[in-house]
Amino acid sequence: MNIVVFIKQTFDTEAKIVLDASGKIDANGVNLIINPYDEYAIEEGIRLKEKHGGEVTVVSMGGSRAQEAVRTALAMGADKGVLVSDPGLENTDEFGRAQILAKVVADIPHDIILAGRIAIDDGASQIAVRLAEALSIPSVSSVIKLEVAGTQATATREIDGGTELIEVSFPAVFTAQKGLNDPRYPSVAGIMKAKKKPLKSLTLADLGFGAGDLKMVINQYSLPTPRKAGRKIDGEPAQAASELAKLLREEAKVL
Amino acid sequence: MAKGIMIIVEQRNLQIRKVSLELLSEARKIADQTGESVVAVVLGQGIDELAPTLAASGADKVIVIDDAKLAEYSTGAYTSVLNKIIRKEEPQAVLLGNTAAGKDLAPRLAQRLGVGLASDCTGMEIDSANFLTFKRPIYAGKAFAHLTSNVRPIMATIRPNTFPVTPPDAARQAEVVKEVADIDAADLTAILKEVAVAASKRPELTEANIIVSGGRGMKGPENYSILEDLADVIGAAVGASRAAVDSGWKEHKYQVGQTGKTVAPTLYIACGISGAIQHLAGMGSSKFIVAINKDPEANIFNVADYGIVGDLFEIVPLLTEEFKKLVNE
Ligand SMILES: Cc1cc2nc3c(=O)[nH]c(=O)nc-3n(C[C@H](O)[C@H](O)[C@H](O)COP(=O)(O)OP(=O)(O)OC[C@H]3O[C@@H](n4cnc5c(N)ncnc54)[C@H](O)[C@@H]3O)c2cc1C
Repeated sequence: MNIVVFIKQTFDTEAKIVLDASGKIDANGVNLIINPYDEYAIEEGIRLKEKHGGEVTVVSMGGSRAQEAVRTALAMGADKGVLVSDPGLENTDEFGRAQILAKVVADIPHDIILAGRIAIDDGASQIAVRLAEALSIPSVSSVIKLEVAGTQATATREIDGGTELIEVSFPAVFTAQKGLNDPRYPSVAGIMKAKKKPLKSLTLADLGFGAGDLKMVINQYSLPTPRKAGRKIDGEPAQAASELAKLLREEAKVL
Repeated sequence: MAKGIMIIVEQRNLQIRKVSLELLSEARKIADQTGESVVAVVLGQGIDELAPTLAASGADKVIVIDDAKLAEYSTGAYTSVLNKIIRKEEPQAVLLGNTAAGKDLAPRLAQRLGVGLASDCTGMEIDSANFLTFKRPIYAGKAFAHLTSNVRPIMATIRPNTFPVTPPDAARQAEVVKEVADIDAADLTAILKEVAVAASKRPELTEANIIVSGGRGMKGPENYSILEDLADVIGAAVGASRAAVDSGWKEHKYQVGQTGKTVAPTLYIACGISGAIQHLAGMGSSKFIVAINKDPEANIFNVADYGIVGDLFEIVPLLTEEFKKLVNE
């Protein structure tokens, strides 16, 4: 079974967001991690390989620092890495990125493609589903359980207020939701082995893509107005509770 | 020329999702200001009777696609049908709710149409050059991106609770068009075997007006009953911090925060939650925040509009009694 896992390097969840002089998100000095949802995808890929045999290829897009993320996935147990790294990526949005990834995947044997259900940085939740469309294959989003038999998978997917059970034939794309598994930590031996595993770097030109084609344009970034600490209600518990109820009705007018 | 604002309406068992009504209400306002029309598209089985409601909620035209294959949401069938409807109608904009179905459908549809998509938006404004601009949280609400597109249609999914619902006007009429479901066989490769929706008397977390949330301070799963009692008096949903979810007290679907649900209710009541940056990322845009915490230094007080320093096991039941009094008034 051939498995491709898409991962993205994102800011650490602790990161404070500031804008640089040009009004863009400032990445200086920010700790980078593997997008937490992608860790479930990597883990699932490795488990499928351990059970059914085959190979796990990890694919990422980003700056050269994203190599670290790919190496971590290799240390967890993936076999090969591919990193698409190109300044031109700045000028591609989800539409173009899905096409680029489709081109990458076309050259890798694939039965199952896994990705996180959302990246915690841009929070767009688009690429994996768009990729499935670009490849004309089915996708199942927000998967919390994946069972594979032969050339078919049964996936349990989270929906609002419940779950759905979906059956698909390979090749297919699945996006991982928390609950799918418990991602392993790379072992020391794994880290050593990862250093020797192949990691291929590709540019957009290598893949036959020219200048970007932006469908959506970001006009600007802004920061939320920081919330201010409000009022602490003092007094005996009973009195405080009564005062709070009164404020919520009369001042906030929310009850 | 592209025209109209199209709303992809979501319904389940003939219940129109609240977010769809929010989108119709806001689209109506924009249409009135720009001279556009509002087109509601609804898919399902046995759904004819929804048309008058959609008209009353702001639609000028209602497109009904009624077919057994559309009875339940599926990525393939819905994409197949909507792709064709959108190409035929050529709307300026296509809006969906950022729900489980919306999140799954919109990227697929956008890719097939060859357009961009602004996902999970919390703001939409008229733009002189490109018709609409969208505001969407990035880094889980720690920043916003403002975006637009000159490609038509301009597509967006909008977070529930972003816009208010305008009361329906039963006198409003709409043109109702029935279209046949033209589904390509290639789009029917994923088979939906089963849908399990747990009946809950409480609102969906992302759509709730009020959320009562409990963290590690709850001390155990059995104690959530005091939050549920409070929630039920005011029709609220119940949420949790990651600490509570990781302890196994609540399922992940209740988790609020950067790696859980992002919510924006009118009122968020945080009980025994310290206010970690990842939690704030998920609820920081709530209109009002109330914190109940025994630690006066807890970070949650730095964002709370009202706070009570004290033992939640004492305060919460008292608050429930106070709310009961208010509700009974
Ligand atoms: C990658 C990553 C992602 C994360 N994502 C999320 C996320 O999505 N959502 C999330 O919530 N967290 C998330 N976290 C975890 C986050 O950092 C915090 O650990 C977590 O939010 C803490 O939960 P808590 O406030 O319930 O617990 P604590 O921080 O332990 O706080 C418990 C609070 O309860 C108070 N308390 C205790 N007893 C009482 C009592 N009897 N009465 C009143 N108050 C009492 C205490 O004073 C304390 O302030 C994430 C962390 C990481 C690293």
